[in-house]
Amino acid sequence: MHTRKKEKRENLEEHHKKYIMANKEWPLWEVFIRSKQGLSHKHVGSLRASDEVMAIENARDVYTRRSEGISIWVIESSNVFASSPDNADSLYDPANSKVYRHPTFYDVPDGIEHM
Amino acid sequence: MKKEQDISELERKFQEKIDQDIKIEPKDWMPDNYRKTLIRQISQHAHSEVVGMLPEGNWITRAPNLRRKAVLLAKVQDEAGHGLYLYSATETLGADREDCIDDLHSGKAKYSSIFNYPTLTWADMGAVGWLVDGAAIMNQVPLCRCSYGPYARAMVKVCKEESFHQRQGYEIMMALAAGSVEQKEMAQDALNRFWWPSLMMFGPPDEDSKHTKQSMDWRIKRHSNDELRQMMVDITVPQAEAIGLTIPDADLKWNEEKGGYDYGEIDWDEFWNVVKGNGPCNKDRIDTRRKAKENGAWVREAANAHAEKRKARKLRRAS
Repeated sequence: MHTRKKEKRENLEEHHKKYIMANKEWPLWEVFIRSKQGLSHKHVGSLRASDEVMAIENARDVYTRRSEGISIWVIESSNVFASSPDNADSLYDPANSKVYRHPTFYDVPDGIEHM
Repeated sequence: MKKEQDISELERKFQEKIDQDIKIEPKDWMPDNYRKTLIRQISQHAHSEVVGMLPEGNWITRAPNLRRKAVLLAKVQDEAGHGLYLYSATETLGADREDCIDDLHSGKAKYSSIFNYPTLTWADMGAVGWLVDGAAIMNQVPLCRCSYGPYARAMVKVCKEESFHQRQGYEIMMALAAGSVEQKEMAQDALNRFWWPSLMMFGPPDEDSKHTKQSMDWRIKRHSNDELRQMMVDITVPQAEAIGLTIPDADLKWNEEKGGYDYGEIDWDEFWNVVKGNGPCNKDRIDTRRKAKENGAWVREAANAHAEKRKARKLRRAS
């Protein structure tokens, strides 16, 4: 009697695990492509994949069907941390008043070259 | 909870950005309805790409030669890719891809009605590429300038890739139109069946289109349904004439004054009937998609189990 109950419970657990595995959504990955040597990787979009190996294979099929790239990076979207647009003022305003960071701020007399 | 006053201030700033053609990006504040409208439109667009693979997939094994077969395969593969770019855009708005797909399967979400018509002959591959992709491109080109960044960027990629889709369709029609009497008849028959449904792809007439005005104000849409439809007619008529095919519209006439064609009445009852699910293939299309998801369950299960095993192995090695 006991063993049958146990068996039933195990069966149920097995069934439940299978259900979870079939319905667990694959994580979201952000895809970055280097279009040619000498350029950096650029964000092109995202996709779903069960792990990084599948993410790269899918990225190849989805984002490089016309030789758009020679190298792919994938990063799980949950690992991307972004600045908030609400903080844009406090983050970027301080740069506005520092025009002396640009070469055009400085006077150079006529006739001076290579500078 | 933001106060009502704050919301109206946020909405004013949002509209100001739109009016200056500054793109809206995923983390920016946006009105709830803007988000909802975009999720609805982009997911419908994604579903159309995915369901759109079915009428053409139908002919891959029966393409008349290897060249046509390779081309058709590439086109259908592109459509799968386009569906993915678009689902990816909906996910930037906080929608969930799997939920979107389930909405398609339950009938809650719509897709372009054109894919509820059957593809009966090889010439239909020509008509679909030429007319259906032609109409889709007409719709999508202005969407490249849509106010929502991720949607606009996806559209740029889609449009670039789709330009071959229309050309390969026209090429099929051209070859058939220049072939035997039977082949030419086949091409004409395909044009007859796909002409009106293609014009319906732009949606109901402007006076009945409930979403147009708000979408125009938000710069999601740039042209009204009737404007796009007129452009489609004006561009396509000379293309049909050039290969000796006849547009199946007795009322079609050049109108010098407006610099475009006048065309006959569209059967909007047919359109609404197909939208409501009573087209020739509605049930078949959704059944096929639903089965694809069900039959793929073991693959998703295996991939998840494999990923977990790999993760566990990695952890063991690290400890």
